[in-house]
Amino acid sequence: MIVGEQKPFEEIWEMVKGHKQLTVFGCNTCVAVCHQGGNKEAGIIAAQLRMRATQDDVDIEIIDSGIERQCEHEFFEKTEELVKKSEAILSLACGIGVQFMAEKYEIPIYPGLNTTFLGDVPETGLYTEKCQACGDCVLGVTGGVCPVSRCAKRLFNGPCGGSTTGKCEISKETECAWQLVVDRLEALGRLDTYEKIMPLKDWSKDRSGGPRSFKLEDF
Amino acid sequence: MAATVTGSKLEKILKSGHQAVTSECGPPRSSDPAHIKEKGELIKDHVDSINVTDNQTSVTRLCSLAACIHLKGMGLDPVLQMVVRDRNRIALQSDILGAASFGINNILCLSGDHQSFGDSPQASNVFDLDSMQLVQTVRYMRDEGKFLSGDEIKAPPDMFVGAAANPFGDPFKIRVPRLAKKVASGAEFIQTQCIYNLDKFEKWMEGVRARGLHEEVYILAGITPLRSVGMARYLQKNVPGMDVPDELIERMKGVDKKKQSDEGINIAIESIQRLKEVEGVAGFHVMAIEWEEKVPEIVERSGLYPRPQID
Repeated sequence: MIVGEQKPFEEIWEMVKGHKQLTVFGCNTCVAVCHQGGNKEAGIIAAQLRMRATQDDVDIEIIDSGIERQCEHEFFEKTEELVKKSEAILSLACGIGVQFMAEKYEIPIYPGLNTTFLGDVPETGLYTEKCQACGDCVLGVTGGVCPVSRCAKRLFNGPCGGSTTGKCEISKETECAWQLVVDRLEALGRLDTYEKIMPLKDWSKDRSGGPRSFKLEDF
Repeated sequence: MAATVTGSKLEKILKSGHQAVTSECGPPRSSDPAHIKEKGELIKDHVDSINVTDNQTSVTRLCSLAACIHLKGMGLDPVLQMVVRDRNRIALQSDILGAASFGINNILCLSGDHQSFGDSPQASNVFDLDSMQLVQTVRYMRDEGKFLSGDEIKAPPDMFVGAAANPFGDPFKIRVPRLAKKVASGAEFIQTQCIYNLDKFEKWMEGVRARGLHEEVYILAGITPLRSVGMARYLQKNVPGMDVPDELIERMKGVDKKKQSDEGINIAIESIQRLKEVEGVAGFHVMAIEWEEKVPEIVERSGLYPRPQID
C-alpha cells in the first residue's frame, strides 16, 4: 500500500491560513491504514486547525470530510456539493489523490501528507518500504527480497563491503537487503543462483523513462 | 610472462611475476593540484601505481580523473577509482573515454560509500549500474570496442580493470562467491579492504585458492597502518565492514602514546611480511590515509624495495 506521513502542523497551517474557508479531506484507503490520512485523521486535523485559528484570531471556516479513495472519479459523487462550496482543500491523500483532485477542481488543493513509500505493515504501527515500482520486477531471482527498494545502493549484485552482521552500512537499524537475499536463497536451496550476474537494469521502465501509464484496450 | 593487453604498468608488473605495490592518494578539497602532486612525489619511487580516490566517504573533492591526469603528467601510473554512486552509464562511459584519452591505463570499479556518510547527505544517488556491471562495461568497451548501446568506439579505452573485495563484509560465506562474480564480470586485479584480521583473510584466501580464483585474478592485499589506538577503536566500532581484532587494540594500547604510530607501522610491516607468503597474494595496496610520507618506510622495511623497473 501507499504510506504517507502527516506534514508538520506548522507547514500545513502556513499553507492554508490565508483562506476564509477550508475543507479537510481524508482518503480512507491506504493512508487510513497508516493512521495518517483517513477520514478520522481529517477530523483531528480540522479540529487542530480550528484551535489554531482561534488562537491566532484568524477568520477561517474549516469543515472536515472524506471519501474512500481520492484517485477515482466515482468516489467523488457524494461530495461534489461540498467541494463546490469550498474555497480550498487540504487533502490527506497521497500525492496521487492530491493531483487527482487538483486536475478535477479549479481551487487550491494542498497536501497534508508527505507520501513516503510503498510498503507493508509487518506489525501494528510499523510500516516498511518494500517496492519502488521500478517497472521490471526481479523478485523471482532475488528470493523475494527487493534490492531496488531495500538496498540503500540498489545493488543488483550485492552485498557491498559495508554489510555487517546483517545490517546496512547506512544504519545499524537497517537490514542489509543482500543478507536477506542470501539467507532466503539458502533457505530455498538456491544459493547456487547467487553467482549468476544480474544484467544491467533497464531503468526506462522506471520513472527515468518519464511518467508511466497503461491502458486496457477492452475498456 | 603472460601477455599484457594494455599499457598499464601495474599489469606489466603483475604479469611479469612480481608482487606489485600500489598506494593511494586522496585528492584535496580544493582546486589547487599542488597537494596531489606532492603526495605523488612522496611515494612515486616506492610504488608501481597510485590509486586516486573518487570522492571517498562521499565528501566532495577535486575529481579523481583530474587528479589522475596530474599524476600521469608526472610520468606515474595512476589507477582511476570510479564509483557508480554519482554517475549514470552515460557519464561513466564518457569519463572512461576521457581518462583513456589522457593515457590513464587503470580503473578500479567501485560502488562507493553511501552519500549519507559525506558532506551532502541530501544528494540524490545514482547507482544506475553496480560495481560488477561497471567492470563488465569497461571490459566491453575495451575488448569489444563498443559502447553499451552497441555503437562502435573507434579508439577503445586501453584500461586494466580492477575491483575491490572485502573479505570482512558479511555474510562471510558469499565473500568467495562474490569474488568469483567479480572475476566472471571481467575484473583483472583486486584490491582488498584493509586487512587487520589476518587469520580471517587467510581463511578467505583458502576459499579463493580452492576455486582457483587466484589464478584468474591478481589479488592485492590492502594494508593501512594504524596511527593510534583511537584510530583502531574507531575503525572497529564505526566503520562498517572493517574487522579490527581486540588483540590488535590491546597491542596498540600497550604502547606509550608517542610510540603508537611506530607500532602501527610495525604491525603493517609484519602483516605484509606474513601475507607475502600466502599463495595467491599478488601484491599489496598500501593505503596510508593522509600519512603518505610513511609509505616509503613501510615498503622498504617490508622488503618490497627497490621496485622492479619495467619498460
